[in-house]
Amino acid sequence: MSSIPANLNPPSKAVSARLLLPWGKWGLRLTAFLYLGFLVALPLATIIRSGFADGLSAFWRDVSNPTAFGALKLTLMSSVIITIINAVMGTLTAYVLVRFRFPGKGLLNALIDMPFAIPTLVTGVMLVALYGPQRTVGAWLTSHGVQVIFATPGIVLALLVITYPFVIRAVQPVLMEVEKGQEEAAYTLGASKWTTFRKVVLPAITPALITGSLLCFARSLGEFGSVVVVAGNIPGVTLTAPVYVFGQIESQNQRGASAMSILLLVLSFTLIVTVEWMQGRNRKINVPS
Amino acid sequence: MVEGTQKDNSGSGRGIAAAGGEKRVQASTSRITRARIGEWALIAVVVLYAGGLLLAPLLAIFWGAFAEGFAAVAREMTSPDAISSLKLTLIMAVAATAINTVFGVCIAWVLVRDRFWGRRILNGLVDMPFAVSPVIAGFMLILLFGRTGWLTPLTDAIGLKVVFALPGILLATIFISLPFVIREVAPVLSHLSLDQEDAALTIGANRLQTFWHVTLPAIRWGLLYGVSLTFARAVGEIGAVLVVSGGVSRLTETSTLFIFRSLDDRNYIGANAMAVLLAGISFIILIVIEFFKKRTQQTQTL
Repeated sequence: MSSIPANLNPPSKAVSARLLLPWGKWGLRLTAFLYLGFLVALPLATIIRSGFADGLSAFWRDVSNPTAFGALKLTLMSSVIITIINAVMGTLTAYVLVRFRFPGKGLLNALIDMPFAIPTLVTGVMLVALYGPQRTVGAWLTSHGVQVIFATPGIVLALLVITYPFVIRAVQPVLMEVEKGQEEAAYTLGASKWTTFRKVVLPAITPALITGSLLCFARSLGEFGSVVVVAGNIPGVTLTAPVYVFGQIESQNQRGASAMSILLLVLSFTLIVTVEWMQGRNRKINVPS
Repeated sequence: MVEGTQKDNSGSGRGIAAAGGEKRVQASTSRITRARIGEWALIAVVVLYAGGLLLAPLLAIFWGAFAEGFAAVAREMTSPDAISSLKLTLIMAVAATAINTVFGVCIAWVLVRDRFWGRRILNGLVDMPFAVSPVIAGFMLILLFGRTGWLTPLTDAIGLKVVFALPGILLATIFISLPFVIREVAPVLSHLSLDQEDAALTIGANRLQTFWHVTLPAIRWGLLYGVSLTFARAVGEIGAVLVVSGGVSRLTETSTLFIFRSLDDRNYIGANAMAVLLAGISFIILIVIEFFKKRTQQTQTL
């Protein structure tokens, strides 16, 4: 995900005066503000009003009742799990893609973006097709007492698929910039590959790793399409927060749905803003002299 | 153990030419072999993980759909409901993409080329659709245009039905696919040198001509990349359109809604068939995305 570069140079005054005549400038600004105001700011305002419609105590009750709280806990827990897995496997995948050469590398590189193209609902249906009880893999797993579909492992799997590209795509460009020379210097000085990774590569990619992981976490908080198919959605057991919100909407409990939504919104938005801030900072640090 | 070396060296870059004799050469060679084995082990782990996570379910769904026979799949994919849902998905995706492209370029321009109070707020608003769960997005539209919605009196006055109808689905699709064009065009735009635009202005082109003939071609790869991402997102949307179209209804059904309802009706062949179709379409879109992405990265490194 790209962002507004922090070190962008707006055109000099003279140039910008020529480029953007006053009415044109205000016309564009107004368009931008109206478009985003109508499509984003206004909906946000309504949901905040709806969630706090009956005051703070009602809001608290809406998010702390057993079903809601259980859903929130499940969402947070599974998001943490998949973020950790993605941090490890994502870094490893990026490293392998950047440093090694092997047949099918181009194919793998393209495949990584698959979760960006595939509908989340289709992902859920695919997972059920592979791990559902009727299928060979699912039947084998069930006979060994492992339940994937309609259980937490299924949720984790779905989230892993959906968030697969984030860490990889965040770390990959940074890895490409880490000079191979530095790594090779470390080898010739006697460091093992693992030590080199730990002391040379890891510090360089840590900011990107963090931003990728935060994006991954934020994305998995709100995941609906794949989870609703795979999870079984039993309150307290396999009901995640977004599916809970959906249930509340269906039961006409607008205030309850709004309350949980606000919570999720605040969490994700904070994460995204943090990511943008970090990306801005990283860019300042990495500006070549 | 080779004399003088206690460390666990991987072997690459270590001079085999260093004095020491046969034993040392053999030890270095086995270090290199161990390093190579280590490399291939890592590659294997990564490839198996990717294959197991992404490819295996994809193959499973193709297998599952055609397990009941090609005829059943073909019948489901050509049913009137399926075809009309595909049509609706296409129309909605194209419309949402077109609208988001036009406004997206405008917003990217304002964010990159302009300085004014509130720019950060604008930037934050662009990020919102990334942070919002699709169900919440659909819900916000219900709050705005539903029975007790803020804007419902307005739409009632002009006789426009938004939620549980096509305009609602369109709005939901626009919302969730909003940021992509902006986020891909903005960096490309900010890296553009203004020389060519200046030149065009000095030879008498007005701003619109300059934009159309100079700026637009310069940002075209980033723009196309953002457009393809927008389209993919719009095609795949389920959460928001599910809420806005009133849960499960046959009336205004996109392809994803078709799958959802089929699962609800236990029509697993239908659901799998449509899922296979959408997966196939997504693959084509993925190829297009990768193409534009590569072009964008090439022009950015020039």
